[in-house]
Amino acid sequence: MKLQDKVALITGGASGIGAETARLFVSEGAKVVLVDLNEEKGKAFEAELKALNAEALFVKANITSEEDVAASFRQAIEAFGKVDIVFNNAGIGRVQPSHELEYAEWRHTVNVDLDGVFLVAREAIREMLKAGGGTIVNTASMYGWVGSPGSAAYNAAKGGVVNLTRSLALEYAEQNIRINALCPGFIDTPIIPEESKQALSAATPMKRLGKAEEMAKAVLFLASDDSSFMTGNSLIVDGGYTAQ
Amino acid sequence: MSNRFDGKVVLITGAASGLGQATALQVAKEGAKLSLVDLNSGALEETKSKIAEAAPNAEVILITANVADEKAVESYVNETVEKFGRIDGFFNNAGIEGKQNPTEDYGIEEFQKVVDINLNGVFYGMKYVLKVMKEQGSGSIVNTASVGGIRGVGNQSGYAASKHGVVGLTRNSGIEYGQYGVSIKAIAPGAIMTPMVEGSLKQMDPDNWEEVGKQFVEPNPMKRFGKPEEVGYLAAFLLSDQANFINATVIPIDGGQSYKY
Repeated sequence: MKLQDKVALITGGASGIGAETARLFVSEGAKVVLVDLNEEKGKAFEAELKALNAEALFVKANITSEEDVAASFRQAIEAFGKVDIVFNNAGIGRVQPSHELEYAEWRHTVNVDLDGVFLVAREAIREMLKAGGGTIVNTASMYGWVGSPGSAAYNAAKGGVVNLTRSLALEYAEQNIRINALCPGFIDTPIIPEESKQALSAATPMKRLGKAEEMAKAVLFLASDDSSFMTGNSLIVDGGYTAQ
Repeated sequence: MSNRFDGKVVLITGAASGLGQATALQVAKEGAKLSLVDLNSGALEETKSKIAEAAPNAEVILITANVADEKAVESYVNETVEKFGRIDGFFNNAGIEGKQNPTEDYGIEEFQKVVDINLNGVFYGMKYVLKVMKEQGSGSIVNTASVGGIRGVGNQSGYAASKHGVVGLTRNSGIEYGQYGVSIKAIAPGAIMTPMVEGSLKQMDPDNWEEVGKQFVEPNPMKRFGKPEEVGYLAAFLLSDQANFINATVIPIDGGQSYKY
């Protein structure tokens, strides 16, 4: 078991890649704190994990609120005594032509996908400095490396996450805090509409979509001691899409 | 998840020391059958005895071969398939550091020698292993590039050219073979304390190489050399089924060093 007695806080932990990662972390011995805006899904998933005899706690929080983020960590520490791992994963995205993108919509996307990631990372670092170390995995995207039409705000924010990851990693490397990012390609989650799946598979050199479980395995590697000499890395898990 | 390599066959070049040896030990502990290739047959025996200690049940064959010799590469791949019937993971790792001096003094022969081993050797390995993996419909290849394959280091023209070449090959062939369920990735180790890096430090100052090493890692964000076993963990992850969707990409393992410049 790679995460025996570790405590992992996962934002966007109620569904998708966050939930799949929580499942894998629990099977590797971790206690998980599921942070999400969606209370219904979050509570149901907490119950599901507890039914498997896992230690899990759901916390409703908006990662763009400094108070909510601080409260999430407080509750995690009250429940489990510490936070060793943070999977900084919550995010949103929508496709829309940029000339029609309202400024409010731009700000909302960047607020969640970049500011929110910073706020969670900042709180994590504060706790990890006290504890003497830890690991953070940010969810960026392959669109932190390449562009695409119709996703200006999302892509700008994800590019920001890639360089935020590098910069924070360099700043805290000597304090035993490792910070890496996961950059998923096209993944088979409900975010991708059924009618797009075939075309996106065909566009990927492996001729298939990635699976949420495959993202979870990459996150486990980055979060565990198996990646002890890696920091600042943005690991691209896209079946080869961005190499084209 | 502790036995990611039960029933799997892993082929490793440059297995007599450093990253190759560390990776061999890691995958052997997790159940792999191993075909180990190196030019140095004596040192290869040392890897075998270390495996016998760490994983007494591991099946291991040793093959002495020069990766720059295409015929020898064809033979090591054939021998592996004859013995084990398949190849699930290929750590295409053998390489040399070459001389260190300015480009105008590097020398044509030295350049050719370094490219022959570090780049042509990797290409030959892929040529023969990909045929096997394509027929199987599965497999993972991990090529050893270097931070010197994604950044300029200086005084290493042959090494830099060959390692940048390995990154290019990885991207190119990953695009081609993904459709067959085969993934190809490169790792880019930075300052890892291997016999090869020790050799480089001794080139800089034979009498004071340990002091030179300390200065060498001073700019590293983690302020230390990586250990071969840390690269072994990464290579094992990438060779396993856990990393099937990681393809045609290069993964630095350098304590954050390449993100600084």
